[in-house]
Amino acid sequence: MFAKLDRRRFLRTSAVAVAGTAVAGSEFLAAPDGAWAMTVTTLGKAAAATLIRMARDLFPHDSIGDTAYAKVVEKLDRRAGADQQLAGLLKDGVTALDAAAKEGYAAASEARRIAILKSMETTPFFQTVRVAMAKDFYNDEAVWKALGYEGSSAEFGGYLHRGFDDIDWLPRI
Amino acid sequence: MAKFDLKDESVVVVIGSGAGGGTLSNELCQKGIKVVLLEAGRRYEIEDFVNNDSEAFDMLTWTQPRTSSGSWRVAKDFPGSPAWICQTVGGTTVHWAGAALRFQAHEFKARTTYGDIKGTNLLDWPLSLDDLAPYYAKAEDKMGVTLTNGIPGLPGNNNYKVMEYGARKLGYQKVSTGHMAINSQPRDGRGPCQQIGFCFQGCKSGAKWSTLYTEIPKAEATGRLDLRAESQVLKITHDAKGKVSGVVYADKDGRILEQKARIVCVAGNSIESPRLLLNSDSNKYPDGLANSSGMVGRNYMRHTTGSVYSIFEKPVHMYRGTVMAGIIEDEVEHRPQRGFAGGYELETIALGLPSVATFLEPGAWGREIATSIGLYSYMAGIWIVGEDMPQADNRITLNAAVKDKYGLPVANVHYDDHPNDVAMRDHAYARGSAVHKAAGAIKSFHSPPSPSTHNMGTNRMSADPKDGVVNKWGQTHDIKNLFVSDGSQFTTSAAENPTLTIVALAIRQADYIAEQMGKNQI
Repeated sequence: MFAKLDRRRFLRTSAVAVAGTAVAGSEFLAAPDGAWAMTVTTLGKAAAATLIRMARDLFPHDSIGDTAYAKVVEKLDRRAGADQQLAGLLKDGVTALDAAAKEGYAAASEARRIAILKSMETTPFFQTVRVAMAKDFYNDEAVWKALGYEGSSAEFGGYLHRGFDDIDWLPRI
Repeated sequence: MAKFDLKDESVVVVIGSGAGGGTLSNELCQKGIKVVLLEAGRRYEIEDFVNNDSEAFDMLTWTQPRTSSGSWRVAKDFPGSPAWICQTVGGTTVHWAGAALRFQAHEFKARTTYGDIKGTNLLDWPLSLDDLAPYYAKAEDKMGVTLTNGIPGLPGNNNYKVMEYGARKLGYQKVSTGHMAINSQPRDGRGPCQQIGFCFQGCKSGAKWSTLYTEIPKAEATGRLDLRAESQVLKITHDAKGKVSGVVYADKDGRILEQKARIVCVAGNSIESPRLLLNSDSNKYPDGLANSSGMVGRNYMRHTTGSVYSIFEKPVHMYRGTVMAGIIEDEVEHRPQRGFAGGYELETIALGLPSVATFLEPGAWGREIATSIGLYSYMAGIWIVGEDMPQADNRITLNAAVKDKYGLPVANVHYDDHPNDVAMRDHAYARGSAVHKAAGAIKSFHSPPSPSTHNMGTNRMSADPKDGVVNKWGQTHDIKNLFVSDGSQFTTSAAENPTLTIVALAIRQADYIAEQMGKNQI
């Protein structure tokens, strides 16, 4: 749903966006409501949009907006810029994803998308995106905040006076 | 800090600065012996540590290439990372959780106690608990272990309280915050635990014992320690008579240097130590140094492990406070009626959110796992630490197909679970889940073993030179001025976290080396 809207919006805005960027080949990708924006330099915005959909399908958290997923894709795009093999792997992977559904991956139903991913589970493409998600998505402070992880604590004096033993729902033994 | 000449043949060279090498170096320096301590990793200080799983991992972990094989899950889930151990000054004492437990008497007599279990290579240690007890006492004093030497226990955090409640409901008796080498009160110039929660990432308060800020600076203060960080030993050399004569190492600028030595002590952990002995082969020792028994690299043990993570209806915040916050010791005895030999400990564990995403169910994806990860703050964790069986073919070998940046073959780590390990793990998963269920868990995960933090046995101690690599002092059977000073000496794994035993053996070994040097025996 989001990706379809997104693509329509790209068509409308890309001329402006591309004109606004100095780096040749870099493209601007933004949420329809302007909630987030990212720049892709290697993969192309259509592929990036498909990867964002895939990223959410791998680890869906309905309470977390697309920004956090887009950040993972943006990082993959940066890595791909310095690694031709990775760029090829990701581009070919996206092509395969889109070819697996006649309406394109992002426009397919959730059930269909999950079936497509299931069929690709053992491919290096799938594993690359899954590992990037597990490693980078869950290492994002915005995601920590959304899921209730407090992160670094030493600068606050640890939890000695901040609830390390504050559990109050266990009955007394 | 001392600086000894590369040609100085009177020094003791220690390879590795962790629990074994760091402790041994200090003990030798205190006795007036000159030590060159070579450490592959960088030297950081407490202020450099970061409370972030991923950054700390990149900073502290040995990430040079390794390969793995065998039926264990780690070879499938993390094939290039069979172990999670450190490459930094202080070694894995920077990363460890702090559990400091003595082995039980029967565990030193594993072959006698457990019998001839098919497929195992069980052997009794050439020393007993009585032999080691005085050194355990010295180690506990040195490390400031709680509930010893009049040191109070640490307070239990939320993760512990959940486990303790469930354990008591099930009737377990031996439940406590354990013996921890983490200051519960100021001691030895270090402050008390602040319950920061990032024990694995380097203790920012210095409350947890690590050789980095205890043994090593104390050794430096003697003026007899020449610590060379970022210096990776490539080969141990020997003279025409077969005695070791020094080491070849690459320094931080990539220069290849040779340091002469009177004695060489290997303490690079149970993967790199045997790899170094194997990579030091020569015309005289074609199978590697100290390997006349063929046992170098064999009998690799990594403890029967696995974790139980459970989700509760209300928040736990397991990450607040010490990672190993408490222990259930009721299952640690040898009770073969349970269907396996040896026993296991149940200890709390907590991982940061990024690590949970990786280790909760490795390889999993989709809505179900995401929902569980999303309930991170409602999770509690228990880690299984049990005795695993030594098997001759569970071993470290040189993988000639993969070379490190110096052109040397990397270590391949092969491990097949023994049926005894599987039976114990299944039992422990069931008991761990029952503990959490008794405290109200609504769902439990049986997370598979992650890359090995406890690595043991690959240069094992034996009374008979044909059964192992070193004698009861950690001195190699074949070469009397070559010692092994880390957990690779372990004859069997026992059920306890290995560090206290590594430290006790290092203190004992230092006494022996000093005595033998005094008598001009080595």
